[in-house]
Amino acid sequence: MSLEVLGITVLMTFLFGYIIVGAIDFGAGFFNAYSLLTGKEHILTNVIQRYLSPVWEVTNVFLVFFFVGMVGFFPSTAFYYGTTMLVPLSIALILLAIRGSYYAFETYGASGHKGYSFMYGMAGILLPASLSIVLTISEGGFIDMVNGQPVLDYGALFTSPLTWSIVFLSIAATLYISAVFLTWYADKAGDRDATELLRKYALIWSLPTIITAGGIVWELRSHNADHYNQLLGLWWMFALSGALFIGTVYLLWKRHNYGLAVWLLIGQFALAFYGYGIAHYPYLLYPHLTIHDSFTNPAMATALIIAFILGLGLLIPSLYLLLRLFLFNKDYVKGRKKDEHA
Amino acid sequence: MGNEESVFFSRVLTELTLSFHIIYATIGVGVPLMIMIAQWVGIRKNDEHYILLARRWARGFVITVAVGVVTGTAIGMQLSLLWPNFMELAGQVIALPLFMETFAFFFEAIFLGIYLYTWDRFDNQKKHLLLLVPVALGASFSAVFITIVNAFMNAPQGFDLVDGELVNIQPLVAMFNPAMPTKVAHVVITAYMTSAFILAAIAAFRLLKGSDHVYHKKALFLTMKLGLIFSIGAAVIGDFSGKYLAEYQPEKLAAAEWHFETEGEAPLMLYGILDGQEVKYAITIPYALSILAHSDPTAEVIGLNDFPEDEIPPLYIHYLFDTMVTIGVLMIMVSGLYWLGRHMRWRFIHSRWYRWLIVAGGPLTVIAIEAGWWYAEVGRQPWILRDIMKVPEAATTSGHVDTMLYLFATLYLILGVGSVVVLRRMFRNNPVEREIADREAEVREGTRKGGDHR
Repeated sequence: MSLEVLGITVLMTFLFGYIIVGAIDFGAGFFNAYSLLTGKEHILTNVIQRYLSPVWEVTNVFLVFFFVGMVGFFPSTAFYYGTTMLVPLSIALILLAIRGSYYAFETYGASGHKGYSFMYGMAGILLPASLSIVLTISEGGFIDMVNGQPVLDYGALFTSPLTWSIVFLSIAATLYISAVFLTWYADKAGDRDATELLRKYALIWSLPTIITAGGIVWELRSHNADHYNQLLGLWWMFALSGALFIGTVYLLWKRHNYGLAVWLLIGQFALAFYGYGIAHYPYLLYPHLTIHDSFTNPAMATALIIAFILGLGLLIPSLYLLLRLFLFNKDYVKGRKKDEHA
Repeated sequence: MGNEESVFFSRVLTELTLSFHIIYATIGVGVPLMIMIAQWVGIRKNDEHYILLARRWARGFVITVAVGVVTGTAIGMQLSLLWPNFMELAGQVIALPLFMETFAFFFEAIFLGIYLYTWDRFDNQKKHLLLLVPVALGASFSAVFITIVNAFMNAPQGFDLVDGELVNIQPLVAMFNPAMPTKVAHVVITAYMTSAFILAAIAAFRLLKGSDHVYHKKALFLTMKLGLIFSIGAAVIGDFSGKYLAEYQPEKLAAAEWHFETEGEAPLMLYGILDGQEVKYAITIPYALSILAHSDPTAEVIGLNDFPEDEIPPLYIHYLFDTMVTIGVLMIMVSGLYWLGRHMRWRFIHSRWYRWLIVAGGPLTVIAIEAGWWYAEVGRQPWILRDIMKVPEAATTSGHVDTMLYLFATLYLILGVGSVVVLRRMFRNNPVEREIADREAEVREGTRKGGDHR
């Protein structure tokens, strides 16, 4: 495996991590706000709070890790994406900032206004939408080179059906991932009402997820034939992904083994995500940028990979400890421990 | 929007983000160490007050850390959004410490989550304290790695520039550049110093506002003692920084000291105003600049006359330098006198005016941090990467930077006001006297039932 493929694999893995933990987090915020609106907050708030509290900061790090690593391994992405993505990424940053800080303000400070919860929930929906613009742009056709400088064509971007399909997929998938995970979590906590409600949400959002995902493949046929053909070449990954999707929905429907449902869900998204990524090879940005011509020098690449391996040696045991103390700790999940913060 | 405007607004937005972030980042680096020390003292002396001190500091810390994390994410991304050409070039040489910083941050985030939620899980307080070690380490190493990147901008090395291309890249040589030791040490120790004085200011303020509880007195003594140690350390390292500048970035030192002609036996100018090239109303300390630069009163110090006019930083950095140094020296005196006063039983250190002075020390040290960073950044002008790339070449060509500036300015206003309001409400609704009473009641209850209440 060449260094650049290794590098992009590492980055994709962290992006995938962010998509999953981020989706759980964003979706949880949305369901929480929605339950306030429908007067069902007594059912959901507890479960959601117990999950989110110790992990919210960790979620954010996945994102930082991804974009810092991206510029590290592929410095030219700073030039192309940095120049063109000023507005969408700044908006995403502002949403992230409001969301992250108000979460801490609300949880650790004194609880305040209901308005915050709504803002928090809305930000969680707008975030995947604004972040997903990066994926759309990477398909090409939205960036013109003017005097050697990349310029984003907003008109083309916002009138393209591809853009909106990806936006809808990001929202639907966020809510679906979150609902499936929280169903399992609520079930583990022994919270019957919350489990039932979240299971319902999961089933509701499963269909839009799979429809928009299929829609994007169809859109790509006309938008980026190269990518489309490479996707078709990897049909078995998507077929397997679809089978896992059916498995998750079946388990939810039958109220059977929610833990396995979560693993199938992760498998489904991993297959689709890596399949999409492999088909994207070698382009980081059609047709301007490939992973080969944007790759950093070998000395830096080697240094980054060594740092990454050493870093993982530190992180994996720490993450394991975090999960063991909270996520997989029965007493904590059920709220039996007296774990008041600070 | 023209390109010049893009450059201008990119500078303003970066300056705004950094100026706001640095307040929370400084607290984020320093306060975990203070919590650790307080908890450790509490365990060693078996004194509940110090444990409670650690616990209450940790509670406030979460609020500041949240703002620090989100603004840190903002500046991390803005580097690429506003300075894409710089990141494309510098990323090839200095990406390593940036990458390592995210690991340090990751490590810190994980253990902070664990630490906050496990106050009552362990029967042995020491185990809980152990969880804080990675938080403090992660926080300090974040500062180390990110400051290395900044040091590289001041003294780039570890590559050769051939026809505008970077070759022979050595990431470790780039990291261990000449600016790195003094800069990293100065940033880390002033973060500890500032955090100590902010916490001291809070304790002094409570004492002024009518609470006479011994808890606040213990807090004040501990933080003033720590503040004294760290501020002396900051001054010593600051002196080394002067020597670094004289050797590697003489134009920065010369601009800060209004030192126009290269000469020996150079005096140090404090304050004053500039009339053309003539310094008026300044306090002049003979030989002091030669001593600061080379530890030798007769040594030659390079003046601004040795540099082309368009490579000289703005001369107002003199005031930034003076502000930083003045506050640093003032805080050494305030904390030194306090410490001495405790031993000599001087009454005046418990007087109202002296406590107000300590309260002022909190915001003052934050101003010193700001002045220091403005000095460091403006003093590097016109370069973003010294001698390699100028700021205007590095900036984005995108329009809309002005709009983003207004959006982020609004965001920082909301976050700034929000964090202050939440912190005030948090501690006002749960004063320490009540918490101590509650805990004592809880312990009594526990012993009456004849067992562990957990």
